[in-house]
Amino acid sequence: MIKNITNLGDAAVYCDFGNKIDQETNLNVIKYFKNLRQLKVIGITNITPSYNKLIVSFDPSVTNYEKIKNKILDLKSKKNHNQNNKLIKIPICIDEEFSLDIKRLSEKLKIENEQIYNFFLSKEYYCYMTGFIAGMPFLGDTNEKIRLNRLETPRVKVPMGSIGITEQFCNIYTYESPGGWNIIGNTPIKVFNKLNQENPTLINPGDRVKFYKINKQEYQNFNE
Amino acid sequence: MSKGYFKILRPGINSTFQDLGRFNLHHIGIPLSGVMDKRNYLIGNKLVENSNYISAVEFAYQGPLLKLQSTNVTAAITGNVNFKILRANSNIENGQCYETFELKAGDQIDIISTNKSVYGYFFIKGGFEIDSFWKSYSINTKAKIGPNDGNKFILNQKLFIKNKESKFQKKRIEHLNSKIEFIRVLKGTNFNYFSEEAIDSFFKKEFIVSKLTDRMGMRIEGPKLENMVETNIKSEGLIKGVIQVPGDGNPIIMLSDYGTIGGYPKIGVVISADHDRLTQLSPGSKIKFKLVELSEAENLYKLYEIETKNILNQIR
Repeated sequence: MIKNITNLGDAAVYCDFGNKIDQETNLNVIKYFKNLRQLKVIGITNITPSYNKLIVSFDPSVTNYEKIKNKILDLKSKKNHNQNNKLIKIPICIDEEFSLDIKRLSEKLKIENEQIYNFFLSKEYYCYMTGFIAGMPFLGDTNEKIRLNRLETPRVKVPMGSIGITEQFCNIYTYESPGGWNIIGNTPIKVFNKLNQENPTLINPGDRVKFYKINKQEYQNFNE
Repeated sequence: MSKGYFKILRPGINSTFQDLGRFNLHHIGIPLSGVMDKRNYLIGNKLVENSNYISAVEFAYQGPLLKLQSTNVTAAITGNVNFKILRANSNIENGQCYETFELKAGDQIDIISTNKSVYGYFFIKGGFEIDSFWKSYSINTKAKIGPNDGNKFILNQKLFIKNKESKFQKKRIEHLNSKIEFIRVLKGTNFNYFSEEAIDSFFKKEFIVSKLTDRMGMRIEGPKLENMVETNIKSEGLIKGVIQVPGDGNPIIMLSDYGTIGGYPKIGVVISADHDRLTQLSPGSKIKFKLVELSEAENLYKLYEIETKNILNQIR
């Protein structure tokens, strides 16, 4: 449920679903996102779900904060959406060329490389949200033993396809981009494909993701 | 007659096609994009009798040098822009903003610079021959989407023109881009994270627009803003105008090509009525903030809209 609703500037409504970051809270955010999207409310220009927030931006020449806020609060009585979420399998190559921060992780966490990958690959992850850059999925939660903060100094360029972990989350860099997550491998799969205009994102909020290891040869041949 | 086009003899620093933006794609990580200065976009399209959905060429600091081939066009430039028209017969004319002019096959237009501002706009009647992407003609160079495969203009490229030759009509308007003393902001959702001293500095001291400013965001430098609670928040949505303050205490204001999600505390949000003027502040400009309430921001936006409408109505 929405715990607090306020304005973010004069052209957005900020909905806070509470401090807890877990699937239950996030599923609630996604439910609101889907219900509101279906209503096609005049003046809404974007709806942005994240872990525990929903930001609804609007065109202030068409509508205003009070009107959109009331639309959102009216959604309360709407029933739940059918969750129709997929399990997506993502290949990861952990060749040293790609696993840029495995040494740092191993040293800081005091766990062998192989053990880190065992923990990472054994879990199925949940997609909380996509964004920051086009199609980037924010997945969680990782095993408590492999949680570490971001790099002290973020990289100016993280290679496209990089798979990173930080705190209880992991993500995939859909473009070359600046970033501070600990990079443990790379995937050859296109997680964001702009040519598929109807459905450009492979992984969507609410989906489940399982990683599987491929070798360098398989990586190189993947898109052939 | 073959299709008319402009050949790019110099691309300029950051020249792209822009329109009113790309909507309802935040949830997959695509920001609004679109023109940085909306009012100047609307004026230009009205001058050349285009609808608001026909994109303009947006340029920053130094614009492109273009040579027209195989057709004549009605054109206009808005903003505070210094440009010249180099006629095919070698005559050189000084360009005037906010009025239409005719370009004939063989003419060149040299968009030299924007003066004491950042963005300017070049319009042609009927628009360019380009494809929309997700219902917008805006180029997003970060996600590489939009016309021109999502890239800014490059040397020797051709910009094809929708061929609708029509009689040239002179239209002009007296327009001065208004300056304001303050950029007005509403309290952000993490306003209370900041120390009393930080809040005091934020509204009383001057900030300077940094060189690290582009279509994504504007970094500003001034007194460091001390955060008393937490320098990171759980990543959440962003919109144009949000002022984030990272751990180093230097604010970043999100502009049209913002990342859709961010994890720094939000001290404030620039009101919609001040977006155009904010984006035109060039590096080195001074900036002062003033706190307003939501109802005031809403009224100021209504006023902004009435002003825009009045300007557009003067163009006949």
